[in-house]
Amino acid sequence: MPSLKEFRTRIASVKSTQKITKAMQLVAAAKLKRAQEAAEAARPYGERLAAVIANLASAVQGDGAPRLLAGTGKDGVHLIVVITSERGLCGGFNTAIVRLAREQIDALTRAGKTVKILCAGKKGRDQLRRTHGALIVETLDLSGFKVINAAAAALIGDRVQALFAEGAFDVASVVFSRFRSVISQIPTARQLIPAVAPEGVAKPDLQGGVYLYEPSEAAILDSLLPRYVNGQIFSALLENQAGFYGAQMSAMDSATRNAGDLIKKLTLRYNRQRQANITKELIEIISGAEAL
Amino acid sequence: MADTLHFSLVSPEREVFSGAVQQVVVPGTEGDFGVLAHHAPLMSTIKPGLLRIFTGEREVRMFINGGFADVTPAGLTILAEDAVDLAQQDAAALEQQLQSAREELAAAGQDAPRRAAAQHALARLTALLAAFRAQ
Repeated sequence: MPSLKEFRTRIASVKSTQKITKAMQLVAAAKLKRAQEAAEAARPYGERLAAVIANLASAVQGDGAPRLLAGTGKDGVHLIVVITSERGLCGGFNTAIVRLAREQIDALTRAGKTVKILCAGKKGRDQLRRTHGALIVETLDLSGFKVINAAAAALIGDRVQALFAEGAFDVASVVFSRFRSVISQIPTARQLIPAVAPEGVAKPDLQGGVYLYEPSEAAILDSLLPRYVNGQIFSALLENQAGFYGAQMSAMDSATRNAGDLIKKLTLRYNRQRQANITKELIEIISGAEAL
Repeated sequence: MADTLHFSLVSPEREVFSGAVQQVVVPGTEGDFGVLAHHAPLMSTIKPGLLRIFTGEREVRMFINGGFADVTPAGLTILAEDAVDLAQQDAAALEQQLQSAREELAAAGQDAPRRAAAQHALARLTALLAAFRAQ
């Protein structure tokens, strides 16, 4: 049986851990709010760009279509961009993303394709290195960015497009976590290259007019597609960021609650032990008195 | 009062401007063009430069760093990589940023990604300063 002093130190240490997890939970909640606002603010750009791309993609078809849209005509080599967080303490958030990435990689490998992995985020690389280390071609470090902005997305997007221009892969997709709510983040895979024109986008009503293109449809599409790819990555990053803080918040919340339960249990045992000691002393005194 | 045009300027991070305006002068790749209400449908790419928005009461001057303009009967939408309100800038600060960008480029040496980022920043600042001087 541990002594009373040991109990006291143990309770004090759990209490200070609880304070830390509580603080982290509050910080994550505040950051989650900011991340959600950022995702909200970024939505108009993505929607407008998607509408324009859908519109142009239907106009430019066949041989004249840019390679980012048409692809290389093969699908032998796949690049998978795995977006995870830079930091941990967020429950199973990164593990869920990595699990989906692994499933995809294994399915592609079984189908006889070559797979290359590009990791954005330290945690994903650490987990993938053990099983698929040989397939990782590059890791991009985003910890230098205080907030996820368009420049961070461009860092990934430009690298992916440079690899595509070199002919390093045929198909690229991104694996990240979609933010549904604070308690629910869904690991999602989305194809990046060849760019998929979104469906179900309403065409603008031209009221009988015909679009003028400056310089030309193909040239506009050419200049927009790289932005579209970067935009897709940007939205994935923002969703991921919001999901990360959501996961961290609920992980820290349950950690705080666990610490509370532990403190209760320890306090109970501490009091029992103290009572037992008192009883024992009393018995000793009484039996000593009786012996006289 | 003449008809107004609905104009929105959107950057990847947020909607920078949205509202009814009189006229917008856009720095298109094939030359600047003004858009008034009832403009014919037009799509154009944009070069980094000065965007002038005439709201009717005042003129807003912004620097936009490349992007895309879409004119429909519903209005004008500009998707810009980056938009900066020139009224909030001053020449001395810009000069200083330009100087530090040059130093960064020199310091980058053979480090390819860093060099590319520095070149990008330098090109952006040069265009921004040119737009600032031109207004």
